[in-house]
Amino acid sequence: MVRLEPRRQHSQAMVYLSPVLAIFMTLVVGGIIFAFMGKNPFDALYTFFILPINNSYGISELFVKATPLVIIAVGLAMGFRANVWNIGAEGQLTMGAIFGGGLALYFHDSESALLLPAMFVLGAIGGAFWASIPALLRTKFNANEILTSLMLTYVATLFLSFLVHGPWRNPEGFNFPESRPFPDAGLLPIIYDGTRVHLGTAIAVFVVIAGWLLLSKSVIGFQLRVVGKAPQAARHVGFRQKRMVWFTLLLGGALAGLAGLFEVSGPIGQLQPQISPGYGFTAIIVAFLGRLHPVGILFGGLIMALTYLGGELAQITLGLPNAVTGLFQGILLFFLLACDVLTKYRIRFGSIAAKGRTA
Amino acid sequence: MEWLVPFILTVITASTPLLLAASGELVTEKSGVLNLGVEGMMLVGAIAGFAVTASSGSAILGILAAVVAGVLMSLIFAFLTLSLMANQVATGLALTIFGIGFSALVGSKFVGFAIDPLPALSIPGISAIPVIGPILFGQDFLVYLSIAVVIGVGWFLAKSRAGLVLKAVGDSHHSAHAIGYSVIKIRYLATMFGGAMAGLGGAYLSLSYTPMWAENMTAGRGWIALALVVFATWRPGRLLAGAYMFGLISVMQLHAQGAGIHVPSQFMSMLPYLATVIVLVIISSDRAKIRLNAPACIGQAFRPAQ
Repeated sequence: MVRLEPRRQHSQAMVYLSPVLAIFMTLVVGGIIFAFMGKNPFDALYTFFILPINNSYGISELFVKATPLVIIAVGLAMGFRANVWNIGAEGQLTMGAIFGGGLALYFHDSESALLLPAMFVLGAIGGAFWASIPALLRTKFNANEILTSLMLTYVATLFLSFLVHGPWRNPEGFNFPESRPFPDAGLLPIIYDGTRVHLGTAIAVFVVIAGWLLLSKSVIGFQLRVVGKAPQAARHVGFRQKRMVWFTLLLGGALAGLAGLFEVSGPIGQLQPQISPGYGFTAIIVAFLGRLHPVGILFGGLIMALTYLGGELAQITLGLPNAVTGLFQGILLFFLLACDVLTKYRIRFGSIAAKGRTA
Repeated sequence: MEWLVPFILTVITASTPLLLAASGELVTEKSGVLNLGVEGMMLVGAIAGFAVTASSGSAILGILAAVVAGVLMSLIFAFLTLSLMANQVATGLALTIFGIGFSALVGSKFVGFAIDPLPALSIPGISAIPVIGPILFGQDFLVYLSIAVVIGVGWFLAKSRAGLVLKAVGDSHHSAHAIGYSVIKIRYLATMFGGAMAGLGGAYLSLSYTPMWAENMTAGRGWIALALVVFATWRPGRLLAGAYMFGLISVMQLHAQGAGIHVPSQFMSMLPYLATVIVLVIISSDRAKIRLNAPACIGQAFRPAQ
């Protein structure tokens, strides 16, 4: 019989090993799924995970896709540590894009160098505003932030759809549901010629470092770690749960809003009904893959970005449906959560009786 | 008045998937397990039901497949959270992400397929009675099943011995364990029931509500079902009322246009989601009521002391 025996202390080795193990098991299961779909599993895995990044342009695209994932996941991880489950980052991303993008549309003939910084600020405000609703409802009315933040995602997406179908539709377009293209002053500069790597990617690295410092050096970072690990103790010392809810939701919302703004003022360049292939949801997996640590999230973001690139390539070259990406992401999260058990427990074979009783 | 009967009929069809999924989740939560993967289980149920019906031509087989698919999905969740003690919130999210991807993958072969909708009950003479006939005696069998399920759940939790044990497990797993009940086994069963009902709710969408498959066709109904359980404060009677209220709200957009109300369609589509938020706020702000009715151990992992 297989049993789980609690470890006295979390295994440090397993903290690092378990994500690697989870990725390996995902690849094995992925190969089996490909085989079921009538593809050579090795070819398919190669197409999915190696081919997209075997040239420099591919690697640059990896950074482009990882940028929103990393920025959002750093914010979400702070909340997850404190048991604040903001799963509406997709909606906050959308609101950030609407707020910041709206400014670019309002000043669509501007050449001012102030436009882009102002868009950053509005993007972050838009995301934080959208996240402040679940924060208010949780702290004031005790409403579960999981459900409210998710419901607001649907509302934000519909609102964006209304805007680009109606008042913000490009008057010079061909009746497509799209806004005007943003003015050049409202577009993120490319930081590496010949690629789509933009200023937002550099900011993502900055967010990682800032998140790391916040978590390891600041008082609120300390409180976040304690609240998550020992909520009772935290209450005794007088940490205010409400402040944690507000702080983590506003921070997570602002970062998601910023990530949304980077998408529309970077790779997309305008507002359109769909501005994200679910970055806000994938970022949840990134946060766990990175073990809720900003530096881990950097690696997690790159790995999840690869599943998007691999999915696109597999669709073109192997004719696999794009949904394979989501499937891989779900399976990876399953294995991550399953492997997590190894950090807290030892796997023992044999029954309790065989080992003798230890009280 | 001739609009009334079709209106009531659309309310019933919009409410049924919510009622099925929420009844299952209510039982799961009463045992102390919070499975946030309802949306994913519904989607997998929807595609399993549709794929099997379209391939075999038998809706009965399709419905059975949806139940099995829902149960298998819930078993993934149960294994991770109950056997491996993984975090329930994160695992539920994973189940939804997985379900969206898996159903879209399997469903990519079935986009554009057409099937006959589930046949409606037809009792010669009675089903033809004006107003009452089509509403009470002209539905398909899943509609009657959804009502039977919620009544059955109500009876089970309030009157049956097994239901009392289930509630004991949800309210105090250590005491239930000490008396000698197998907490993990009971929670497995409750989670599987939740999966079966979510699968059925999904199958209703793809076999009857809109007899076709479309990616992500649940459109958040799994999450609304979760909110309904809170709204009902874990009581089946209120769940029935809540599901029909939400059904009513979600069909309002279809009828608003006809009634000459010109609001952009996107705002009408927001209604069910906004209503969910508002309802959650109203119910949750009564903290005493939530504390009184919510299963005390909800979302907590159980590990018998050694």
